[in-house]
Amino acid sequence: MTTLTDRAKPVNRKPMTFLESIYLWNIFLGMIITIKHFFKKKATVQYPEQTRSYSPVFRGVQILNRDEEGRERCTACGLCALACPAEAITMEAAERMPGEEHLYREEKYAAKYEINMLRCIFCGFCEEACPKDAIYLSETHAPPAYNRKNFIYNKKDLLIPDPVTQPEEYAQAKGLREISKKNK
Amino acid sequence: MQDVVSIKDNHIVLPDGSIEKQTTTLNLGPTHPATHGVFQNILEMDGERIVSAKQTIGYIHRAFEKIAERRPLYQITPLTDRMNYCSSPINNIGWHTTCEKLLKIQTPKRVDYLRVIIMELARISDHLICNSVVGVDAGAFTGFLYVMQYRELIYEIYESICGSRLTTNIGRIGGFERNFTNVTWEKLERFLKEYPKALKELDDLLLRNRIFMERTIGAGPISAERALNYGFTGPNLRAAGVDYDVRVHSPYCSYQDFDFKVPVGSTGDCYDRFLVRDQEMWQSMKIIEQAYQKIQDFKGEEAEVYHADVPDYYLPEKKDVYTKMESLIWHFKIIMGEIDMPVGEVYHCVEGGNGELGFYLISDGGRTPYRLHFRRPCFIYYQAYEELVKGAMLSDAVITMSSLNLIAGEMDS
Ligand code: SF4
Ligand code: SF4
Repeated sequence: MTTLTDRAKPVNRKPMTFLESIYLWNIFLGMIITIKHFFKKKATVQYPEQTRSYSPVFRGVQILNRDEEGRERCTACGLCALACPAEAITMEAAERMPGEEHLYREEKYAAKYEINMLRCIFCGFCEEACPKDAIYLSETHAPPAYNRKNFIYNKKDLLIPDPVTQPEEYAQAKGLREISKKNK
Repeated sequence: MQDVVSIKDNHIVLPDGSIEKQTTTLNLGPTHPATHGVFQNILEMDGERIVSAKQTIGYIHRAFEKIAERRPLYQITPLTDRMNYCSSPINNIGWHTTCEKLLKIQTPKRVDYLRVIIMELARISDHLICNSVVGVDAGAFTGFLYVMQYRELIYEIYESICGSRLTTNIGRIGGFERNFTNVTWEKLERFLKEYPKALKELDDLLLRNRIFMERTIGAGPISAERALNYGFTGPNLRAAGVDYDVRVHSPYCSYQDFDFKVPVGSTGDCYDRFLVRDQEMWQSMKIIEQAYQKIQDFKGEEAEVYHADVPDYYLPEKKDVYTKMESLIWHFKIIMGEIDMPVGEVYHCVEGGNGELGFYLISDGGRTPYRLHFRRPCFIYYQAYEELVKGAMLSDAVITMSSLNLIAGEMDS
């Protein structure tokens, strides 16, 4: 055999020895290994009673963020929709009227914001694209639904609870993720 | 195996002694549990023996190459995830290094080493699945369950970097999206410590087991010459006795800095493929250990580098985007894919989980590739499948398929 490099290392393919060919010895060895495993710590997680914690950067279902005063951060710039390789995001922009400053942070906001969960591939590009810290992927999965329409998430499904009126739910939805420092 | 059949003018001539027109047509697939993916084989069977096999492709064709023509470079990464999903980080990083070749980006050494760690972990998880599944197809289910824990640990390592387990979308053009955290390093250390024991256990269970040896030795063999003619690469070619490894022949990501061996087999049968993959896992462990050592040696500023300095393609930091106009403009430009690529044509290949994974990218200076072709090793192996299984038993066909490590997602792209 000619070799192309000096790194080739033939694998060990020796013929069966007598001991191996009577097989009983191997049954014995195999049994020792499997029996040892009886006494080892269980590796499985008893889902749904137990859950494994995800990493803080886990890419789960999207959440539209609010600022500390509970105003929506999204300014309907459309970058997330552009960055989405699955073309899952659609939105409609609207202008903020006087008197709505407590609802929306910027002068323009998304009147309609929809993500089609059946298209989304959870790549995380929308989060990366957003220049307003308005969308991020949380640590939960998208729940199942019975029909296709229910997989089109609108603003009602996506918006994070208000940190002023519902601080607990807000903290829970936000998870461990430090939103604005994520790229660091 | 004696020559059981010959085919003359599309007419199957049966060996002496068999009853004329008594062959059975058997559809193996497209959703057969033994094929581990969407493969269809139309087998012509004479009793238990396979007379001929016709492979069908295209059941999960998703037109990735066409989609890629309409996407800026960074949005193509999630497509590559879905090719060989057992080792998607290799696909991701292979794609990024292709882009870097076109854009003439030099990556810092630390980025290379981080990439090497991730790619070798992916190789281990790929081989681990393949080898334990060969065991499953030979009737030994236990080993598969024991090693699954360590694949899980590898996935957790991915998750701590990129946030996902299977479709990783890891890394960006120029490096990684974020630095490895302490959690990542802890998990990696745990992996380095515990995994060799688990692999040893899998070896003990299968490697010298008489039933396993008799099932795999001589099943689905291919000679080095035929393998080369088909265009085999990776572990399947090395099992046939040719020590071709992209990592050695055209090093990328600083693979030349690492000391490792290329295991080669001799007959190219299932047992050789199993042995080669097994040895490669041990070599990958060595590479990861070396890379880990090398990364420890970086000091000061250098020890924090996780991406190359490419403001044209690597997104500025989020906190600058929120506050600085300049960064915001770059951020918009990159996300919108407003940056024209240089005109050029590159071919770049990496040693994927099961062979040379190539990317052929033509750019006409626009914002999306003019043409992109993936060289998918599985597509090539599948063409040889008929030759490998002709005259063999049905159960050998199943074990041959899993030991070639055919992945439907990669085959159809
Ligand atoms: S995660 Fe990816 S696919 Fe899903 S909406 Fe965001 S950008 Fe689109
Ligand atoms: S979520 Fe962010 S990127 Fe998307 S439209 Fe709103 S502000 Fe722009």
